[in-house]
Amino acid sequence: MFNRFILLAALVAAFPVHAGPAEDKGLVIAKEADARDRGWGDNTADLTMLLKNKQGETSTRDMRAKTLETTGDGDKSLMVFDTPADVKGTALLSFSHKAADDEQWLYLPALKRVKRIASDNKSGPFMGSEFAYEDITSQEVEKYTYKWLRDEKFGGQDVFVFERYPVSEGSGYTRQVVWMDKSAYRIHKIDYYDRKQALLKSLTFKDYKAYGKYWRASDMNMINHQTGKSTQLVWKAYKFGTGLSARDFDQNALARAR
Amino acid sequence: MRYACLFAAALLGTVSVAHAGGWSGRAGAEALHFWNAPEHVGQHQDYGSLFVEPKYNHEWDDGKQQFNFTGFARWDSHDDERRHADIRELEYLRVAGDVELRLGVRKVFWGVTEAQHLVDIVNQSDLVDNPDGDTKLGQPMLNLAYVHQLGTLDLFLMPYFRERTFPGVEGRPRFRFVVDDDLTTYEASNERRHLDVATRWSMSQSGVDLGVSYFYGTARAPRLLPRQLAPGRVVLAPRYDLIHQLGIDASYADGAMLWKYESISRKQIGEWHFAMSAGGEYTFSGAFGSTADVGLLAEYLFDDRGENASQLDLTPPVAATAPPSAFQNDVFVGLRVSFNDVQSSQILAGLASDLDGRGLTYSLKAERRLGETWKVNLEWRGYSGAPADDVLHVLRNEDSVRLTLARYF
Repeated sequence: MFNRFILLAALVAAFPVHAGPAEDKGLVIAKEADARDRGWGDNTADLTMLLKNKQGETSTRDMRAKTLETTGDGDKSLMVFDTPADVKGTALLSFSHKAADDEQWLYLPALKRVKRIASDNKSGPFMGSEFAYEDITSQEVEKYTYKWLRDEKFGGQDVFVFERYPVSEGSGYTRQVVWMDKSAYRIHKIDYYDRKQALLKSLTFKDYKAYGKYWRASDMNMINHQTGKSTQLVWKAYKFGTGLSARDFDQNALARAR
Repeated sequence: MRYACLFAAALLGTVSVAHAGGWSGRAGAEALHFWNAPEHVGQHQDYGSLFVEPKYNHEWDDGKQQFNFTGFARWDSHDDERRHADIRELEYLRVAGDVELRLGVRKVFWGVTEAQHLVDIVNQSDLVDNPDGDTKLGQPMLNLAYVHQLGTLDLFLMPYFRERTFPGVEGRPRFRFVVDDDLTTYEASNERRHLDVATRWSMSQSGVDLGVSYFYGTARAPRLLPRQLAPGRVVLAPRYDLIHQLGIDASYADGAMLWKYESISRKQIGEWHFAMSAGGEYTFSGAFGSTADVGLLAEYLFDDRGENASQLDLTPPVAATAPPSAFQNDVFVGLRVSFNDVQSSQILAGLASDLDGRGLTYSLKAERRLGETWKVNLEWRGYSGAPADDVLHVLRNEDSVRLTLARYF
């Protein structure tokens, strides 16, 4: 615990919150994006993950996700796997926190066992995909520090380009470069740089659809530049305001998710 | 043969409905090989078996009401006792606000540690299916849960007892004498119809998961009492005592470390005893620059009955002691590798060593998906160094390797 304070102090010293106008502007952009995506309450969605290796062979995973917006803290989510058949019924419950480590529990249907996952596994691949756990959990403003780089055109739109630096020591990244449009503050691309500062992955967001005033990408494609593998995440059947509550995100709910 | 027909019928029935409605499950084959020649008459060195585990799920009312079924049937090439079928789950579930009702045959798991599962008591072990005791028989019950912000309170009423399954004459591993379940006796006068009760309070807060449970009813583990049926013909008669058991299980996540603790205080044949496992698992994410997670496990296992806990005396008349535990002052170390690959490959290797020189058990489990629907499991078990009066001594020639290939549907 003491070490963590020292590290935190070192981090604060290295990246002062008000280091300069570029940092301020980066944070302002992140806060505005967060503010615009507030108040959606809850949603459910079906998703398909297509894993492609270097040779172009693909493997599919089908999942269902429920998410609950939590005021004052990070979101709660429950993800249930339908395929591959051997993991059918396996479910992952995640509590994202603004300040503390995220919490995760995995339900293993064969053993009827709920297992807490060590909170430090952020950088690990999710279900053998190119997405790390930290890529799919809720992106709270507090999880990064920011720095605006430039404005430019991206796919015909005016975008901000800014960097964000993970606060957590357990992150697999040193920095991420984000392309976000100015009209609706939607992310279009993220470049991920690994611990050695080398470009590791790129994530592109496509087919944005509006659900009320909330935008969600239907197609997210993560390419790993170092291995040549990629994972496409296709979101379907988004529903907002389905009446979910905290009761749908506890360990009992995890164990009965099918 | 009757079982073989049953198995075939179950298999065919399952295959024909596999794509209709909420059916899923698995079917497969298992090969079990023992490195050493059998010690007892009737046993073999190689066993083959086929199994099927169909599941059905139907939910309505937004998932607030569910019907779940899991069946299981196995056919074994040699062991009669292993040709068996069971209803693992036949459950109606209803969620009404903060209250959840579950009625029927179910499987419930409590606990956090790896090497042994002390607190877990609701279900009987299907020991003939796997000697590790992690395979369970379905338990009939009424379960009410009340979910509150401060935690969840569960109440269990279990009106019917399931006897532990043991390998038959041709099965391995087994004791020198075969367990004869026709000679089963109970402390409870209404025998298997004794109403067992259990309650558990559990909470999860700031990285801590905590459970406190209490059980009163028929012990899941029997004492095995030698009975001489005729000169030179001895069998083991299971004796199921009534027990009280207070259990505590806790885990705490701190960074890459997951701390684990389980303990029980159990009253059996008039005496209380205490046992616990405590330790943790440290996970290196992306170890050695790969995408694999490498977990190091260590647990200390204790039983306050000391060496008496693991002593097994099979010479009649037998002392009136509680069932033996192999782990009375032991250290378990393990290595878990999750490759995080497309095939979800995993390896778990573990070794439990007795600090009083009363033997060693080791195991290696590996699994990997083949394509989208097949899965292969390998399980290797070994035992060594246990003195002649230790419960592990009966396993000294029982090192084995088990290969399972299953198709999921």
